[in-house]
Amino acid sequence: MRSDKLKRNITPYLFVLPYFSLFAIFVAVPVVIAVILSFTNFNAIQFPDFVGIKNYIELFLQDEVFIRYVIPNTIVFAVIVGPGGYVLSFLLAWALSQVTKGPRTIMALIIYSPSMTAGTTMAVIWKVLFSGDQLGYINNLLMQLGIITEPIIFLQSSDWLLPVMIIVALWSSMGVGFLSMLAGLLNIDPSLYEAAHIDGIRNRVQEVFYITIPSIKPQMLFGAIMAIVNAFKQSAIGVQLSGANPTPNYAGQLMVNHISDFGFTRYEMGYACAVSVVLLIIIWVFSKGARTLFKED
Amino acid sequence: MAIKGNLVNPRKFQKDQLKIYAVLIPMSLIMVLPIVYIVNHAFKPLEELFAYPPKFFVTNPSFTNFFKLVNATATSTVPFSRYLFNSIFVTVCVLAFTLIFTTMAAFALSKMNFKGKKLLLAANDVGLMFVGLALQIPRYLIVDKLGIHDTYLAHILPIVVLPVGLLLLKQFVDGVPSALIEAAHIDGAGELKTYFSIIIPLVKPAMATVSILMFQEVWNNVETSSMYMDTDVLQTFAFYMQTLSSNTNSVAGQGLAAAATLIMFIPNVVLFVIMQSRVMSTMATSGIK
Repeated sequence: MRSDKLKRNITPYLFVLPYFSLFAIFVAVPVVIAVILSFTNFNAIQFPDFVGIKNYIELFLQDEVFIRYVIPNTIVFAVIVGPGGYVLSFLLAWALSQVTKGPRTIMALIIYSPSMTAGTTMAVIWKVLFSGDQLGYINNLLMQLGIITEPIIFLQSSDWLLPVMIIVALWSSMGVGFLSMLAGLLNIDPSLYEAAHIDGIRNRVQEVFYITIPSIKPQMLFGAIMAIVNAFKQSAIGVQLSGANPTPNYAGQLMVNHISDFGFTRYEMGYACAVSVVLLIIIWVFSKGARTLFKED
Repeated sequence: MAIKGNLVNPRKFQKDQLKIYAVLIPMSLIMVLPIVYIVNHAFKPLEELFAYPPKFFVTNPSFTNFFKLVNATATSTVPFSRYLFNSIFVTVCVLAFTLIFTTMAAFALSKMNFKGKKLLLAANDVGLMFVGLALQIPRYLIVDKLGIHDTYLAHILPIVVLPVGLLLLKQFVDGVPSALIEAAHIDGAGELKTYFSIIIPLVKPAMATVSILMFQEVWNNVETSSMYMDTDVLQTFAFYMQTLSSNTNSVAGQGLAAAATLIMFIPNVVLFVIMQSRVMSTMATSGIK
């Protein structure tokens, strides 16, 4: 009897053990290590020595690249690609829910498919489309339309690299959050709409704000979190497009690139971990915001 | 029933859907354009790649780029097929581990009571947001310390955990009636038997969805190759493709890169199309409360 009870007690832990041990090793422990190392000087060879908050002070007061380029770039990129990609996902999902099944399935596949490539592999294609000579498709098109006379060197230019990165990231931002919202929209009870019309909802904008969004809050929140994750996941794309880390004139330098630049090129791993910690805090703040917005009450 | 045709998921075409199509069709075209472009570029023979002004569509499709891609590795020590084998091997292993580990955890978190359950769920919720790239340095150090640097395990183990997968699966298991599980227990089935005979068959749609998401992660992954592998022989196809793409300054290289991208892209699409309806049924139970 006793051993039976014991068996029942440890069974749940055995079931969660494989997943959560890997979770601990590759997600939780890395967070702890990042925090600890961020207070040290560590070159990956010698034992790290404790330096207090020196890395953070340097980061915010002395690292000119970080202050002048990395922070503003990261914020611009994250704000446009995160919330922007999110709004776009919702609008497209909503529009798709308003048409019949056949066309909807085809168009949903088309809109979802760019996210499957995860940006990385597609960098090749964008490099050709935005190529800096007149053989580049975008340059050629703009020149034929007479908008520009000289080809723009998009991917090496301080003015253009970030906008191109944003376009590429937005293009592939209709991912799993988009699918979730679409499925949520299709499962809203139709009688809710009927009741709303009787209650005097007059147009589709009212319908969306009073019926649709409140009905799919969990999916809206899921979509929001996925949009934030996607924005930060895609942020290495500047290096892929320009082919260099640091990116030309730091035009496309985001926090993720700053981490690899300091960690793997200069071997200042303590400093790079301080950047990681700041990045994790930013991601956390973003998703906290999303959670407050769509909290089920 | 029909109030001004404002119903969601309509069965028939109605005139006021035209406005919606007016937005959706151009958007879909913009989205699909780069993909149409890869397909065309991949099949362009050399003279069309060099053509000025550049042409979007291919006129004389040929497999030249694909043959060149295979032959490009003939001069190097690692054959094309080795990269492809690595990618397939790693993908299959990761998928197997992910599906087993994640369904097990989802079952326990959804249907069993134990101490620390809330904590694990909360941890997974936080893990959901943390992008691997933000943790690249500690992960690198851990892989090094574990001694799996430059082995297949370094391709596999860091990728297996997919917090969004656990989230989706757990929600799907929540939808499995507890009565079914109790009935199994009364029949004398232990948790392991319940897992195999009840949970696995019922959560197949969610498993399909997780496979698709995982496939995208692992098949397109270049980080494990670039950070944890020193020997060429162990690198993946995605990584090889990315190194090819850094040579795209030559026009001939662009054709190769397009062909390689197409090879990378097609399995994703095929898999999604096959599992499309299962994915949508899983997504219906998705969401964060």
